[in-house]
Amino acid sequence: MSARVGVVTFPGSLDDGDAARAVRLAGGDAVRLWHADADLHGVDAVVLPGGFSYGDYLRAGAIARFAPVMTSIVAAAGAGLPVLGICNGFQVLCEAHLLPGALTRNQHLHFRNRDQVLRIESTRTAFTRAYADAQEILVPVKNGEGCYVADARTLDALEAEGRVVARYVGENPNGSLRDIAGITNEAGNVVGLMPHPEHAVEALTGPSQDGLGFFTSIFSHLGRPTAASDTAAANAPGASV
Amino acid sequence: MARVVVDVMLKPEILDPQGQAVADALPRLGISEVASVRIGRRVEIEFTGEADLERAREIADKLLANPVIEDFAVSAPQEGPAA
Repeated sequence: MSARVGVVTFPGSLDDGDAARAVRLAGGDAVRLWHADADLHGVDAVVLPGGFSYGDYLRAGAIARFAPVMTSIVAAAGAGLPVLGICNGFQVLCEAHLLPGALTRNQHLHFRNRDQVLRIESTRTAFTRAYADAQEILVPVKNGEGCYVADARTLDALEAEGRVVARYVGENPNGSLRDIAGITNEAGNVVGLMPHPEHAVEALTGPSQDGLGFFTSIFSHLGRPTAASDTAAANAPGASV
Repeated sequence: MARVVVDVMLKPEILDPQGQAVADALPRLGISEVASVRIGRRVEIEFTGEADLERAREIADKLLANPVIEDFAVSAPQEGPAA
């Protein structure tokens, strides 16, 4: 049985469609979740997509944090549910205190939209198991408030505990401290990153297919074969024995 | 009117690129004696009953400010003449 991955839609979400598509391309079942519905519909993992939830009013992610669906997600994340926050989703996770630190205005004040090389720094999270240590991947980055900040003690703890998940390689697109592009919680089931792996899942629309690993990782984390590997197993010699 | 004002400012150690951009524009106005500009947010809360500073503090702490990057101050302005 394949995994059911919930994708939340807030008012102002933009990348929920692409996130759901990435889940399907990875071999999972995408389940659309609505911000005003506290029911997680029994999903095995959740993706908080990019966009401008609630118009980014007050601060990016500040109002989304109080959506009914987030109350359920915060509780479930505490119990081990894999949760991936991309861009605005990362901002929501920080506002919800599931991840430390905050995302602030890009240092150069420009909205930055380009393909970006990242280095995967931790392959022990629910969303990065499919990568090799220190693997470099190419995915789009597009944000205006992507500058990751935290106090020095928090940054030192993140580094010491191996909780920096990805770092920008080459030019830092937003001024994030220590080139941090993504981080994880202590348990490794909650991951937030500013760049967009869901936009790099097929050759037609992305700069690479490097982003797919974030989604295929979910299935190995859960111990669930994907539909694709089910098929491969069914076709393998001796599979019917 | 039961108004409470909440001022939210980025913590001093957090870079404020907006404030910097404004400061950098001041010489174009012929102003050279400004050392720095920091931009914050002023929020006015109208209570239905009495102004409740404690409640306003709770609102500020939970929603209006992000304590990771921002400080806030709560005050009840003196009643002015009715507008």
